[in-house]
Amino acid sequence: MLLTRRVKNYGMNQNEFVQRVNPFKDKVFRLAKRLLLSTEEAEDATQEVLVKLWRKNETLDSYSSLEAFAMTITKNYCLDKLKSKNSNHLKVVVEDYADKSASAYQKAEDMDSWSWVEKCIDRLPEQQRVIIQMRDIEQCEFEAIAKVLEMNETAVRVALSRARKTVREFMIKTHNHGIE
Amino acid sequence: MELSKIEEILERYFEGTTSIAEEQQLNDYFSSSTVASHLKQYQSLFVYFSEAKNEKSERAFVKPPQKRNQMTWISIAASVVVVLGIGFYTFNTNSSKPQSQDLGTFEDPEAAFKETQKALALLSTHVNKGIDTFQYIEAYETTRDNIFLIQ
Repeated sequence: MLLTRRVKNYGMNQNEFVQRVNPFKDKVFRLAKRLLLSTEEAEDATQEVLVKLWRKNETLDSYSSLEAFAMTITKNYCLDKLKSKNSNHLKVVVEDYADKSASAYQKAEDMDSWSWVEKCIDRLPEQQRVIIQMRDIEQCEFEAIAKVLEMNETAVRVALSRARKTVREFMIKTHNHGIE
Repeated sequence: MELSKIEEILERYFEGTTSIAEEQQLNDYFSSSTVASHLKQYQSLFVYFSEAKNEKSERAFVKPPQKRNQMTWISIAASVVVVLGIGFYTFNTNSSKPQSQDLGTFEDPEAAFKETQKALALLSTHVNKGIDTFQYIEAYETTRDNIFLIQ
């Protein structure tokens, strides 16, 4: 019942819309989680991004790559979210972060090796996190990453190299934790 | 794949100069069971990358209530149209009425004169009635003047 009622829409109906966005919905979610570091907030962000796309319903076809467009919206939305968070509770966030990384060090041994890697990646600056996420996890081409970040490809490569090396350093520091 | 080749790709991986295909070779190598012991420290990194790609959003898209807003705008627009329509209708019918109204036109000048006299007489009796009340006011004013004179 609910579904049939929702189908009534002017441009694309909801089923069609869900079909259109499904191929990259999880990518949006993963990028949001990489930036916001919370599953709950990432789900909220995913919904927000899809709502933004839904409101552009009639003009969606005019985007050459809907996925790239969605990733750009996601990145901007999450960065805005982080900015407003930081300006509102700067101290709290910093303390939280310090606490988390300290306890993360202590608990490293108990964790799966790959959730330890996640902690290392999540300590990177936001832009580098986006690049690692898009390249190493989603396997995007540099061209796509450059578009989303509004950077040139060389700058993306440089930042990616820096990010990978930093993660390696974090991991070497805790050499034994990362190995089964 | 030869170990030296993997080492070479890995080195370029950290320089950010590997292709997607080469990075896939690294993923494949590190997910195999034959990782060289000195490269084991990188294994969890690449295993993590393939694991992380499987994470999925659990929440279904919920259509925003925006369409309802559009409906309210449409209904507001519709009511404005209805109100304007009624307004125009009543305005037009009211303004056209006096033209069709019977103004009491007389054909015979004699009858017209009599009717006019009647009407004027009616008017004058009303005016006289009004004048009568002025006498009260005059009486009031003289009384008031007397009082103020006494004071």
